[in-house]
Amino acid sequence: MKTFRKGGVHPAENKISSGSSILDLPVPGLVTVHLSQHLGVPAQPVVDKGDSVRTGQLIAKSAGFVSANIHSPVSGTVQKIEPVPDITGYPKMAIVIEVRGDEWIETIDRTDTIVRPDKLSREEIIARISEMGVVGMGGATFPSHVKVSVPKGKKAEILIINGVECEPYLTSDHRLMLEKGEEILIGAGFLMRALPVDQAVIGIEKNKPDAIEHLRKLSSGYPGIRVEPLKVKYPQGGEKQLIKAITGREVPSGGLPIDVGAVVHNIGTAFAVYEAIAKNKPLFERVVTVTGKSLAKNANFKVRIGTPVSSLIEAAGGLPDDTGKVISGGPMMGRALPGLNAPVTKGTSGIVVMKANESVRKTVMNCIRCARCASACPMGLEPYFLMSLGDARRWEEMETARALDCMECGSCSFTCPSNRPLLDYIRIGKTNVNRILKARKS
Amino acid sequence: MNTIVITIISLSLIGVLAGVILFLIAQKFKVFEDPRIDDVEAVLPGANCGGCGYPGCRNFADACVKSENLDSLFCPVGGNDGMVKVAAVLGRAAVAKEPTVAVVRCSGNPDYRMRTARYDSAPTCEIASGLFAGDTACSYGCLGLGDCEAACDFDAIHMNPLTLLPEVIDDKCNSCGACVRACPKKIIELRKRNKKDRKIFVSCVNQDKGATARKACSVACIGCKACQKVCEFDAITIGNFLAYIDPVKCRLCRKCVEVCPTNSILEINFPPRKTAESELCLTEISPN
Repeated sequence: MKTFRKGGVHPAENKISSGSSILDLPVPGLVTVHLSQHLGVPAQPVVDKGDSVRTGQLIAKSAGFVSANIHSPVSGTVQKIEPVPDITGYPKMAIVIEVRGDEWIETIDRTDTIVRPDKLSREEIIARISEMGVVGMGGATFPSHVKVSVPKGKKAEILIINGVECEPYLTSDHRLMLEKGEEILIGAGFLMRALPVDQAVIGIEKNKPDAIEHLRKLSSGYPGIRVEPLKVKYPQGGEKQLIKAITGREVPSGGLPIDVGAVVHNIGTAFAVYEAIAKNKPLFERVVTVTGKSLAKNANFKVRIGTPVSSLIEAAGGLPDDTGKVISGGPMMGRALPGLNAPVTKGTSGIVVMKANESVRKTVMNCIRCARCASACPMGLEPYFLMSLGDARRWEEMETARALDCMECGSCSFTCPSNRPLLDYIRIGKTNVNRILKARKS
Repeated sequence: MNTIVITIISLSLIGVLAGVILFLIAQKFKVFEDPRIDDVEAVLPGANCGGCGYPGCRNFADACVKSENLDSLFCPVGGNDGMVKVAAVLGRAAVAKEPTVAVVRCSGNPDYRMRTARYDSAPTCEIASGLFAGDTACSYGCLGLGDCEAACDFDAIHMNPLTLLPEVIDDKCNSCGACVRACPKKIIELRKRNKKDRKIFVSCVNQDKGATARKACSVACIGCKACQKVCEFDAITIGNFLAYIDPVKCRLCRKCVEVCPTNSILEINFPPRKTAESELCLTEISPN
């Protein structure tokens, strides 16, 4: 069974919600749509306070190449456009919409019939992806039209669809593969035509045998697409790790996947691409896993962007008394939320409610130089060394120690027997190294 | 006997020869260094704090010697007296600067600012501020993890375990600015040092709208402009729902302190006021 070679860990899987099918979450009374839902330049609002909007209507326009359109997830009135705290608690510009009914724009095909438009050209597909505001749904929210526009001089050879879902607890991609398999394969077909490549591989970890079986059966009808079962290992869902596992190629330090001829898209992105092209539906809702060991109803919800996290937890049976942390994203790479009013964004793949005794940080002890972090690091870095450099604020040396290669998977902190916050110090180093690089450029 | 004599003579010869060679090489590759750099360095405080903008005192001395005039160079630790000495060594005119002192612009202790979350990761402000806005509803206020205390070379700023806020010891503060640079929330400011260390300043940096700020912290500036209206010296400006008192224009009349509805303007080291009520108020809000 294939996997990546360097490092990796295997946290307890805890995929409690993998059996719950995707449910529609009722539209909330008020949604908060941040203008920075994606990596890159924040979008420019095209509506004003007091305007009426309909579901699917463009409310903020992409403000550059690396940027994405944002569409209204609900119908109603724009209440205000002003800074509202996002999941980090920092106020960021957002459009707040008061919901009235649920009136969709006419162009969206709301039926479940499978449509297979096959006359579209490459440019038309890319334009449609960009117009419908599709971004990477795995969590990094990189605008998808940028990823499919292969730069001059580079050639894409293989498309990899990421169905790994290596984060513990999360099951949104798993459910999507089981319930929307056909759509995902058609979406992958669009992406193949846009690049253009003639082969696509769907990578799925073998802890999802039903998804592997299902997609394998369906993919026989789609030439060029095959399913590759992978060994269970975190962080296999990382772009560079997945490319290594499937093709055996290694993305060079500081390079991009396209340097080795690969382009990776998430399962959720393939589905969003299908909806954008075949159904004319902009990206304004996504599947979010709401899970936790003491949560009453572990569930996968189809949620409108901008819905407050509190209403998701409410729908899952309310916040249990023994809650210690609520995490947006998976427990390895996600962020603990400082409050429950934060809205769901295009990148929210799950809400994990951790029990108090699970989420306690153990006492930090001295480094014993066991080098477990170095053997766990999938990028081949030396986290213990980077942490001491970060603590001593020696940023130039961190740069030469390749701190920027760190993808913040958290394997080092997870594996440390002295409970040292390795990643926290590396992250701060990355911020400062980036600042230095920027200063050097100007 | 003979062996000892030969050994001594040959070793002495090698020594003399090596000495001559080294002398010649030293003459050939001599690096000229302005002797005034040493003189300037001798009159500098030698704290190597970096407050002047140079990595250490010698680099600053080098910059002083090389520059045309001393206008843009200032050693905050030595202060005006120190710069007069530097100027005397170099035979140039010193430019006097107002002495300054570090001031912490946040009064949100746990009584005024409710904790809404608990932070348990690496205990530095820089890391915490990269992860989230803070463990209270105020995203501008002090995180209380003491990066400023760690940055201070002069033992002049300390975290108060009760208020969870830093406090500056005015006598020890040399206004090198290390804490200002260390604070990720930009709460600490270098302000003009007044007579008897008297201070009047807006102890808040919250730029949220009044209602949001007030909800997060009961001593937040809500940008109501009451202070601006009462100020006779045009010292107060308001931007982004936040008042700022210009330390140079301010004449320490204390009128703004009285009118502030949230007690976010602090007066420190002033004699007590006449009425008992405002005195009570003063002791309550002053962090010193």
